[in-house]
Amino acid sequence: MVVGKEITEKLHQMVDRDLTFMHICGTHEAAIARTGLRSVLPKRLKIVMGPGCPVCITPQGEIDAALELVKMGCIIATYGDLLRVPGSIGSLESCGGDVRVVQGVHKAVEIAERTDKEVVFISVGFETTAPTVAASLLTNPPENFSILSCHRLVPPAMKWLLQQGEAALHGFILPGHVCTVMGYHEYEEFPVPQVVAGFEAEDILLGLLMLVEQVKEGTHRVDNAYPRAVTHDGNRKAQDLMYRVFEPSDVEWRGFPVIPQSGLRLRQQFVQYDAQKKFKLQFKHISKDTACICDRVLRGIAEPADCKLYGKVCTPRTPVGPCMVSHEGACKIWHLYNIRHS
Amino acid sequence: MCIAIPAEVIEIKEGNIGVVDFGDLKQEIRLDLVDVEVGEFVLIHVGFAIQKMSREEGLETRSLFREVYSAMDQKPPVTL
Repeated sequence: MVVGKEITEKLHQMVDRDLTFMHICGTHEAAIARTGLRSVLPKRLKIVMGPGCPVCITPQGEIDAALELVKMGCIIATYGDLLRVPGSIGSLESCGGDVRVVQGVHKAVEIAERTDKEVVFISVGFETTAPTVAASLLTNPPENFSILSCHRLVPPAMKWLLQQGEAALHGFILPGHVCTVMGYHEYEEFPVPQVVAGFEAEDILLGLLMLVEQVKEGTHRVDNAYPRAVTHDGNRKAQDLMYRVFEPSDVEWRGFPVIPQSGLRLRQQFVQYDAQKKFKLQFKHISKDTACICDRVLRGIAEPADCKLYGKVCTPRTPVGPCMVSHEGACKIWHLYNIRHS
Repeated sequence: MCIAIPAEVIEIKEGNIGVVDFGDLKQEIRLDLVDVEVGEFVLIHVGFAIQKMSREEGLETRSLFREVYSAMDQKPPVTL
């Protein structure tokens, strides 16, 4: 990591104040934890986690809705990450229903083509994933197929975090693969230093250096440290397909209140694929009744190790909160690498 | 869950289906979101190509992925 060493040295020379940068991508946290990146950074430079794991930010009410569908006898198809997320009573893994892990939405459609039963795809994910679902719905899946749309958009959550200000952030590391699809033009409205970063240690170090440079220049813009995948405008075709099928809606995030225009619901012409309408499901707001602090971890104001349950009651085998479930959840990642403090 | 891995398109079939080569694994994926030709590199996420990449960049990223995944096999012990 010759280049990385040079960047690290430069960072040590440049950082002369307390700086906190947030990333909004579980894959970034995984890379940072795996490489022990925090240990080589200047002491005054802190990276905090934001709401970057789509499974983690899916509120309990939506998991409960998926469990309702199991009770109705539907076949549930979804990503493996979602299986152990606790609902109010049990999880998809423990519910005893016909729950199948699929690579992507197209495989869930194939299941529906081979059965007469209702098949519901629990459709989580940010802008990286939503276009894949849109593309599949445009292939006219069979009538017994529908999706429970739990999609979220990143920029509205960033806007909420900036307005709220509790995490006192100096800049953002933007999610590389969300920006692969969406480009980074949407982020230019935010008056804060930002950089799109890739997922290698050197990509992230380069991103941090670019952020520090912006702070020291007293400016803000969106720099691109991941040009091998990300362009300013992103993948227009994928964006067009996503917005042909979905429209923004106001939704709750786990750990956050309802954030305006931060979700994606199906447009009227695709209503036949909307499991929420088809099965008359209400997403209920569930108040948390454990000591789990996933909500504060997702807002960047607490670390996994701050939680009394972390590694004791709450482990990947017995998760209390969603951040201990997903491979992209901060608690699970920290637990894997036995991290106690940042 | 926003992991995306580069692969080379080696065949294009009817219905927006492509066969891609990840290096050690060949797999069918969906090409609905990109316009590509055989020989081009794409980033694959949940079974869909989400963007094109240059060949050099694809190969470079793929070798980095290999390094990372081989390192992941040597997971540190979890003692909690």
